[in-house]
Amino acid sequence: MNLLVLIRANLHRRPTRTYLTLFSVLVAFLLFTILRTMAVWFEGAGGGAGADRLVITAKYSIIELLPISQRRQIEGIDGVEAITHLTWFGGNYQDPRNFFPKFPVEPRAYFDMYAELAIDPAQLDAFANTRTGAVASLDMMEDYGWKIGDKIPIDADIYPMRDGNRLWEFDLVGAYGSKTDESVQSALLFHYDFFDEARAYGQGGVGWWTVRIDAPDRAPEIASVIDAQFENSMNPTKTATEDEFFRAFAAQVGDIGLMANGILGAVFFSILLLTANTMRQALVERVPELGVLKTLGFSNAKVALLVLGESVTLCVLGGVLGVGLTWLAAPQLSAFMEAANIGALVISGSTIGLGIGGAALLGVVVGAQPAWYANRLPIAEALRRS
Amino acid sequence: MPMVELKDVHKRFVKGREVVDVLMGIDLRVGEGDFLALMGPSGSGKTTLLNIIGGIDSATSGEVAVAGEVLTALGSRQLARWRAANIGFVFQFYNLLPVLNASRNVELPLLLTKLSGQDRRKNAATALAIVGLEDRAQHKPGELSGGQQQRVAIARAIVADPPILVCDEPTGDLDRDTAEEVLDLLGILNRDHGKTILMVTHDPKAADHAKRILHLDKGTLVQQAA
Repeated sequence: MNLLVLIRANLHRRPTRTYLTLFSVLVAFLLFTILRTMAVWFEGAGGGAGADRLVITAKYSIIELLPISQRRQIEGIDGVEAITHLTWFGGNYQDPRNFFPKFPVEPRAYFDMYAELAIDPAQLDAFANTRTGAVASLDMMEDYGWKIGDKIPIDADIYPMRDGNRLWEFDLVGAYGSKTDESVQSALLFHYDFFDEARAYGQGGVGWWTVRIDAPDRAPEIASVIDAQFENSMNPTKTATEDEFFRAFAAQVGDIGLMANGILGAVFFSILLLTANTMRQALVERVPELGVLKTLGFSNAKVALLVLGESVTLCVLGGVLGVGLTWLAAPQLSAFMEAANIGALVISGSTIGLGIGGAALLGVVVGAQPAWYANRLPIAEALRRS
Repeated sequence: MPMVELKDVHKRFVKGREVVDVLMGIDLRVGEGDFLALMGPSGSGKTTLLNIIGGIDSATSGEVAVAGEVLTALGSRQLARWRAANIGFVFQFYNLLPVLNASRNVELPLLLTKLSGQDRRKNAATALAIVGLEDRAQHKPGELSGGQQQRVAIARAIVADPPILVCDEPTGDLDRDTAEEVLDLLGILNRDHGKTILMVTHDPKAADHAKRILHLDKGTLVQQAA
């Protein structure tokens, strides 16, 4: 028998209380792991995006269109190797819950720009040569049961057609995947020319430009040149790396990190009070026992360590279970997020470490006061409470 | 050299403006192998005197030397180590840890030694055999009678083989027959195992088991009987 046996025995003194406290700590750390993972995901949105690509948007608002006439000027800038554009289409497929991005693109230029995407050359030809053609990711084909030759109806919420019709219909002519094991962002891509001719307004406008540059380390310099080019025009621009662009796009949802931290702060404050109260109650009930241990020769420090050990054990156990359950449920959570087209959810080692470290810290904070009290407790006074 | 030697020991409690002198100039010598009963009315300072001798309370002034050590010179950590090696405590209400079985309770003082787990368990079993409870080793305190719990407490007090047993009303919560059994056991430990025993009691019949009886009244030793 050692101190751990004593700690275990004391935690079993009132099993219901211990298990309820353990459960609340578990839930707190389950929430922590999920929210932290989501925050990390949003903070890193676009992480791994091409380091040699820049995205050019309107300077003051990402929803403002840029004129297609800018292409020639951008192409002429030293260091720019290729250029294409995308436009946010919005719209719904059958049900608003079926969310996936829809972009009118230049078929060949798009797949040239995003060389990490894999598409059958014959399907790319079909896409380039069919004005109403569209391609989707392989994941989407599977999720929605689509097959090549299907007609995909999209109910527009931003761009109605010239005749006022809101229902756009595209011919599915191909599907794309990834050349690597990395997952690709699922989107429905269709012909910009068709879109530009058929939409009710905004002709000649594009959402943003994407350019490939000759060297990633020249990104700041080239971005400055591009923005300087349009600084005094009707359409000033803001150029950033693709990674920065995705972060800014994700930030439109809100400051996920701040929201996650706010929720976690509230949860942990409650857990702190709850667990501290439990530990204090557990201490008050056994003051005479602590006196007995000291009588038997246990030093003040050892008795304090015993009390602190109980609190740390309880919190770490709850933390490990909370983080562990989230880790076990990660594939399901990830599938859910991928189905919602947000992206794969991966619980990082740092989140696991932070969770378990945080649990230990919580245990120390919660147990510090009772341990200090146990350390200072005079034996004679403790025994008088028998 | 006596096992216990107190010279002009005073103990004063101060609570706010209230000052209570509990012990006033106690001089006491207890030889090795003695069995001393301390008697006196409630509030006379018996338990306080016992606590000072056992090293769980300190004298306000005077000199306390027990088992060859001047206690007033020891810090709290040294005192804890000294208690573990020299004193076995027996309380009125047994003070066993309810979450541990009898064997684990007895083993507790040995956690502070360098004995292996196997040796600790062996010593605990021997101590339980001495008090006649080897067959109750796996029972928790709640599953034992008062007399059995007190015998477990005595086993815990002797397991580390301390030279002195300090017993505070060890039969105060027991019926007459059970009290006699416990007192007989203390007598055996004194006679056959050479333990020096200091026992506080209200009960004259319990005190009769001691070799010597001292009376305390209002913080002073008023009578000494053989």
